[in-house]
Amino acid sequence: MNTQAMHGEGIKPRFAPHVRFKFDRRRGQWVVLAPERLLLPDENSVEILQRCTGDATLADIIDQLSAEFDAPRGEIAGDVRAMVQDLADKGILSL
Amino acid sequence: MNIDPPLALLAEITHRCPMRCLYCSNPVNLEPASRELDTATWLRVLDEAADLGVYQVHFSGGEPTARKDLGELVQHAAELDLYTNLITSGVLLESEDLFRLADAGLEHVQLSFQDTDAAGGDRIGGLKDAHRRKLEVAGWVVDAGMAFTVNAVIHRHNAGRVGEMIELAVELGAGRLEVASVQYYGWGLKNRAYLMPTEQQLDAVTEIVEAARDRLAGVLTIDYVIPDYYARRPKACMGGWGRRFVNIDPSGRVLPCHAATTIPGLTFDTVQDHALEHIWQHSDAFNRFRGTEWMPEPCASCDFREVDWGGCRCQAMALTGDAAQTDPVCSLSPLHESVRALAEREAGAGTETAVYRGAKKESVLRDLS
Repeated sequence: MNTQAMHGEGIKPRFAPHVRFKFDRRRGQWVVLAPERLLLPDENSVEILQRCTGDATLADIIDQLSAEFDAPRGEIAGDVRAMVQDLADKGILSL
Repeated sequence: MNIDPPLALLAEITHRCPMRCLYCSNPVNLEPASRELDTATWLRVLDEAADLGVYQVHFSGGEPTARKDLGELVQHAAELDLYTNLITSGVLLESEDLFRLADAGLEHVQLSFQDTDAAGGDRIGGLKDAHRRKLEVAGWVVDAGMAFTVNAVIHRHNAGRVGEMIELAVELGAGRLEVASVQYYGWGLKNRAYLMPTEQQLDAVTEIVEAARDRLAGVLTIDYVIPDYYARRPKACMGGWGRRFVNIDPSGRVLPCHAATTIPGLTFDTVQDHALEHIWQHSDAFNRFRGTEWMPEPCASCDFREVDWGGCRCQAMALTGDAAQTDPVCSLSPLHESVRALAEREAGAGTETAVYRGAKKESVLRDLS
């Protein structure tokens, strides 16, 4: 079943099993390691991914980022939703 | 030139394999067991790979589970915080092996399937009862809690069942599926005429895969590799020569890709003679086609030169006799039309003759079918 556009802000995104999110000291960058996949998230994505712990709801994540970067909530919400959905479709995040 | 470290190590720990897949991309002449690196050397190589900056290790072969020290190598890699993948046919595995490998820290198992139909699968793989055993192994991979990819190798004789293959992957509990059209290297190049799909088959497969991707988003990730003789642009083979991957063959030769030994005139260093970092930086084989300096036209002035990196060197070798040519599957290559015509001709001729490894020329498919 396609999961697109079916989720409210109450979901708690977390990394899927066997996906690792870690800081690579050697290269000074965050990486996401998954089966046959390597993602190099940009700074904005890292801010979102660091909050995908399974404890925070999507609403919490959007609120926090909106406050921290002093940006309109609607704008942040769009970016966060798009990224979380994309990574869930790719099996990187679980919702 | 500033050379970034590799991202992944392809550890071909053995060429031994009980299967005789007609499309096998390993070299025609395999390394014997007597020339395989010992355990201590592989452990050192894993240390060196981690130091160099490698993130992922792919244990491959041959059939990597033919080596009794696989668990030890996996455990060592996991302790080095390397992400570990096993690329296997599954046919040598028992249930307890999977649990042991999971305990050792194995993250991901990629299990190959030759077909959804046992007769078809066993015929392509050249091993009786292989398909049934693979189905059993799939269950153990899931039970042991590892990430699971089904690798479905597609060719003219099973392209019509790609929809069933997708359903099988879902039923088996895979999170990821590779729909991988045969690429013609090593032994597989000998059987190209038997394996090459028609363009109509390719179009049908593409349509089914695209629909399934949409329908199964979030359930099954599907990676799709087309038979590139029908492509307009070449694949960025290995993500570019000497850019992302380092491949070590069973005897310790360090290769830019697993088919690189088909290119005459390249000198390969070995892990017995040099540290991996030294080889990555200085080896003739890595520097020969690294970056864009080596490129001929039309690559040299092409806007895509840092997208596809000129395509595949081994394919240029196989199809033009010169590894330094533009990959002839590229629509900008003067040879593009002839490569496409070759694929169409071979697919259209529909030969039923193919050759197994170790078999005499006349020993063809009929012995299993």
